[in-house]
Amino acid sequence: MKIEANNVRVSYGSEQVLKGITMSIKKNTVTAFIGPSGCGKSTFLRCFNRMNDLIESCKVEGEIMIGDSDIYDPKVNINELRKSVGMVFQKPNPFPKSIFENVAYGLRINGVTNKKYIEEKVEWAIKQAALWEEVKDKLKKSAFALSGGQQQRLCIARALAVEPSILLMDEPASALDPISTTKIEELIYNLKASYTIIIVTHNMQQATRTSDKTAFFYMGDLIEYDDTRTLFTNPKKQKTQNYITGRFG
Amino acid sequence: MEEMVEKPVGKKKPKMTFESKGRTVYYQMQDRIFKYFALAATSLGLIILVLLLYSVFENGFGRLDWDFITSLPSKRASKAGIYTAWTGTLWIMFLTTIIAFPIGVSAGIYLEEYSSKSRISNLIEINIANLAGVPSIIYGLLGLEVFARFLNLGASVLTGSLTLALLILPIIIVSTREAIKTVPYTLREASFALGASKWQTIWNQVLPASVPGIITGVILAISRAIGETAPLIVIGALTYVPFAPTSPMDEFTVMPIQIFNWVSRPQKAFAENAAAAIIVLLSITFVMNAIAVYLRHRSQKKVKW
Amino acid sequence: MRKGEKIIEAFLFGCSALTLLTTAGIILVLSFETIGFFKDVSLIEFLTDTEWTPLFSNKRFGILPLLTGTFLVTAISLVVAVPLGLVIAIYLSEYAPGWFREIVKPVLEILAAIPTVVYGFFALVYVTPWLQALFPDQVGGFNALSPGIVMGIMILPLISSLSEDALYSVPKSLKEASFAMGATKLQTVRQVLIPAAFSGISVSIVLALSRAIGETMIVAIAAGQQPRLTANPLVPIETATTYIVQVTMGDVPYDSLEYKTIFAVGMTLFVITLILNNVSFWLKKRYTQAYR
Repeated sequence: MKIEANNVRVSYGSEQVLKGITMSIKKNTVTAFIGPSGCGKSTFLRCFNRMNDLIESCKVEGEIMIGDSDIYDPKVNINELRKSVGMVFQKPNPFPKSIFENVAYGLRINGVTNKKYIEEKVEWAIKQAALWEEVKDKLKKSAFALSGGQQQRLCIARALAVEPSILLMDEPASALDPISTTKIEELIYNLKASYTIIIVTHNMQQATRTSDKTAFFYMGDLIEYDDTRTLFTNPKKQKTQNYITGRFG
Repeated sequence: MEEMVEKPVGKKKPKMTFESKGRTVYYQMQDRIFKYFALAATSLGLIILVLLLYSVFENGFGRLDWDFITSLPSKRASKAGIYTAWTGTLWIMFLTTIIAFPIGVSAGIYLEEYSSKSRISNLIEINIANLAGVPSIIYGLLGLEVFARFLNLGASVLTGSLTLALLILPIIIVSTREAIKTVPYTLREASFALGASKWQTIWNQVLPASVPGIITGVILAISRAIGETAPLIVIGALTYVPFAPTSPMDEFTVMPIQIFNWVSRPQKAFAENAAAAIIVLLSITFVMNAIAVYLRHRSQKKVKW
Repeated sequence: MRKGEKIIEAFLFGCSALTLLTTAGIILVLSFETIGFFKDVSLIEFLTDTEWTPLFSNKRFGILPLLTGTFLVTAISLVVAVPLGLVIAIYLSEYAPGWFREIVKPVLEILAAIPTVVYGFFALVYVTPWLQALFPDQVGGFNALSPGIVMGIMILPLISSLSEDALYSVPKSLKEASFAMGATKLQTVRQVLIPAAFSGISVSIVLALSRAIGETMIVAIAAGQQPRLTANPLVPIETATTYIVQVTMGDVPYDSLEYKTIFAVGMTLFVITLILNNVSFWLKKRYTQAYR
């Protein structure tokens, strides 16, 4: 599923947060959005599943094409869109339900009632998230019994269970310890084969480890967008160079 | 704005269009129906309230005149008035405030400023929470035994005020604590740094800053007290009192009891009297609540820590 | 600390300890008279007899009719207040635009500030005749349905505002997660928010229940003074609170058995509401701990 953004502008009230972003993302790639705090990368991420619509003062202009549809077209059913574009958040946010029910949630709100189907899908999703061995004996236990890293993988499984084609991840490992972070990065690498992934990260090493292409944002502008290796070893813009060498945070 | 592309024939996977599918639309419709249903239910509640208040107003307004306010109660509905009732209410209001205000505010100050996490303090806090939930009629029983009987105060204004003071004490304590809590610690720090003692800090800095919140709480508590009927009936406040109280030891009646008395009579004319008295009582209650809310608003706006 | 300060602190402490005295007083007074009561009436009779006639010549002292009267009215009030209160709480917290909330919330506060005697007036003068018109010849001039409905309106603000607080305290991240999966607001409310806010909502219901049980004036005016063991909401009954009012309005000599009955009934009420209130505290502790 190819993704294209054309001159996307976002503002909160009178404050312009994104100033005309144009880029395209190829199917089955991992793209990293990097940049200092407040540069708009999370806001841009949330455009792809229209989560910004939940904020009253937020205005989005421009065009975002997923496949051949502009997702901001009024004909687009927003809940359908969100079922095809999955999201994982910065802090793991499992529901106060059992592990099983967390992953089954997406299926149930889609009206799926076939018990066997749900069980199979849940197992499949948890396996995709590389969590099965750790939880297969305690599916009925509360999700809060898991560690932070496990909870985040649970959230990934939850997103995968409805088989989205695109996965948006907003700093998925920033709240986790190094070991969990490694596990998640491995997971992202493995998921690439079946999903198109966009990941926002503060951690440049993480970007180099996991992504094919990287986009560097600064104060609402897209400064540079290139193959990861190129951007980090031979950046074309001075600002990019300054950021990746740590001249500013 | 791009148009939707046609689905291609052949074995290719159909392109994503995100159009509305049956299931999703069904759930979205449920959501919309609930929204309108809930709006209707909420509005219904408002409408019923307005209707009831209007009915009372319509029923009683005609009866409301100067005679009504200055007459003593009587067996004849057209001659009966609320003079003894509202004077009784004033007495009760005044005396209850004098008793409950200092004690309640002092207790609030202690619990918020002085108490450590000792067992006694914990006990007092749990106790206050419990007292707030005790039915008001139980306070009446307490007042009956202890004040009316044991202390031999009879069914006097004093008994009634003591009983109601105990009833509203938890309310005043809680709102005093809330008001004091909003005063930032930095204010106290500054005072201590200048060498002031704990009490000096409280008296000169903390209390003045909490005054709006405390006053709001006291007004709300008093407004609650003047609407109380059951505890006063239990301690013996009479329903037919043909004189206004002139001392705390006098017998008395209050507005809610007078209303209760008139409502209990079958004649329609007494229902009118009751409605008129309700208009007076509600007016007093609403005005007090409005003042309290206004004070709360003003204090929240004014103070920019 | 100067001596003056110590005195002030002691005074302040004394004021707060006064609240302990209040509780002690309540317990002492109720116990004293109740024990006196049980010297003449057996506990078994009190708890199991099906008639309550202490003021008649043939005296029976079974509290069950008073309790069923209380619970009948309370049950009706909950049936009115809980669904309506929850729907309003959900609507205000998840759907309503800001200006609408600004109008409704003060109105709910007004509902909570109306003296109960006024609610009693509503019940007897408006609701009962309306019920009688709706079900001709079936509804007594005094009944449980009318005060039950009105009491439901009275406790509605309690349920709606506490439930709204409970819904509000559910972390926003859970809502986001649900929306990001394409769930509608209603689905999110039903499947995520209400289960998460369940303890808080339960607190509101238990507190409303406790309030309704202890309520006096609405039932004293509109429910009647005929203690009767029944589940029929259309006939006159008597609640525990009404009985106490009935006796104290009359001429009952101190130290008579009739006098002691009001304390026995009061003790029963006190114990029931005490249990309910502490259950609500325990529930509240549980739900505030769940979200740290």
